[in-house]
Amino acid sequence: MRALCYHGKHDIRYDTVPDPEIEHPRDAIVKVSSCAICGSDLHLYDGFMPGMMNGDIIGHEFMGEVVEVGRENRKLKVGDRVVVPFTIVCGECDQCRRGNFSVCERTNRNAEMAAKMFGHSTAGLFGYTHLTGGYAGGQAEYVRVPFADVGPVKVPDGLTDEQVLFLGDILPTGWQAAVHCEIEPTDIVAVWGAGPVGQFCARSALMLGAKQVIVIDNVPERLSMARAGGAITIDFDEESVLERLEDLTAGKGPEKCIDAVGLEAHAGRSIDSMYDRAKQAMMMETDRPHVLREMIYVCRPGGIVSIPGVYGGVVDKIPFGAAMNKGLTFRMGQTHVNRWVDDLLRRIEEGQIDPSFVITHTVPLEHGPEYYDIFRDKHDGCVKVVLKP
Amino acid sequence: MTYRNGTGTALARALGWFSIGLGAAELLAPRSLASMLGMQGRERLLQTYGVREVASGMAILAARDPSPWVWSRVAGDALDLATLAPALDESNPRREAAAIAVGAVTAVMLVDLLCTRELSRERERPPPRDYSDRSGFPQGVDRARGIARQPTTAMGG
Repeated sequence: MRALCYHGKHDIRYDTVPDPEIEHPRDAIVKVSSCAICGSDLHLYDGFMPGMMNGDIIGHEFMGEVVEVGRENRKLKVGDRVVVPFTIVCGECDQCRRGNFSVCERTNRNAEMAAKMFGHSTAGLFGYTHLTGGYAGGQAEYVRVPFADVGPVKVPDGLTDEQVLFLGDILPTGWQAAVHCEIEPTDIVAVWGAGPVGQFCARSALMLGAKQVIVIDNVPERLSMARAGGAITIDFDEESVLERLEDLTAGKGPEKCIDAVGLEAHAGRSIDSMYDRAKQAMMMETDRPHVLREMIYVCRPGGIVSIPGVYGGVVDKIPFGAAMNKGLTFRMGQTHVNRWVDDLLRRIEEGQIDPSFVITHTVPLEHGPEYYDIFRDKHDGCVKVVLKP
Repeated sequence: MTYRNGTGTALARALGWFSIGLGAAELLAPRSLASMLGMQGRERLLQTYGVREVASGMAILAARDPSPWVWSRVAGDALDLATLAPALDESNPRREAAAIAVGAVTAVMLVDLLCTRELSRERERPPPRDYSDRSGFPQGVDRARGIARQPTTAMGG
């Protein structure tokens, strides 16, 4: 089969690789009908995530048709149309039973390696480094889905791929980030980053009843998309984020702040960003936490800082004194997709939200390598790329 | 004017960091540099140029549109070449090193000029696309507001 494979920093290739096979009786093989490039794939592409190997199949947002099932899989049958969550979950361990699916205790095949880095292992993920199990990813014609009697979500034929594809990651990621904010009707929610996850954070916050949603970015297309979803926007190239937030909140600061940017903040003109770039170049810091610092500074005392953006290693100069003295609550983590997905599927079916609005480019899988660049550089108005094998 | 990231911006950023690095070397090790180029006695001048390089690098990294600051680098390159020219004199025992430095400055000047051209191309890009019709709410924004005030948190799977 053909798949997009990692061959080093900024080197993704459309390769021919062996077809996947059933390896465990609970497995299934899915023939991919649609997959997408995620912002966190760019962290791999840009070389910020450790544990990638030459030839790894990448991608963790995908859906398709079940073409083979293991003999112990009672949930799926050949022909089922499924969206596959990016987290691989067993459904039986203590964490899965609590709904903490992204920290499943059993699915990471390289648990020891992960525990050395993070203290404990987290769930296995598709196409996302050997620290999270080294599972083959979904930017491919076929994918082996482990524990396929737990994670995959059957979707009705009446909905298009474009409407349901993002149930596997970015829609529940934005939703979880907003739910973590415990939004009240009087809350102003500020979202840093108007990429696909930021767009879903903003729409989720609005649906969950925020009084006002504010989105911060510097890409005109993304800001216009955020405004379409009911948000006020701040272009950090054009105005001071701190001053504008102060104006919009009568000097009190937003009650809830969401970081939908993560480790590769691009606010290049701030002093702390230059500091981060210099430290990163000297390999003294892995992540660039400009957004975290800004959120801690502006968040209203007693507020909540929610972090769906991915961080991978160590950060520096975090104003923790401000965080402690302001009594901020931090909520974060990879998404517990299966905790939210049934509810979100219902909302899509009822027409409350149509996630396809975020797709700006749909191209054949073989064009994937060039679209990594286009997506990363935000060329051609690119917000979200869907690939068709 | 909306400034868009591209090759010119990336090149400008690289030049900004290069400027800061070179400026730091001129500021912190003027004696070694002067000795290497056969320009003893002009250490203070090298340090002044170091300040210029660091300032220009920081301005490139901090500016929304770095073009004027990259042009200031081109002017700086010309000044550097004028300063190095006397060191090419046959009486200078280090003239070979000075010739290498002249070659390097000329090469960097070409990169600076290339960068100004790329930045100018970036500014000529088409206007940004308008996504103001992409609300994602089939029933409208007002209907969506607060529609999920009581989120369902039951586990699926």
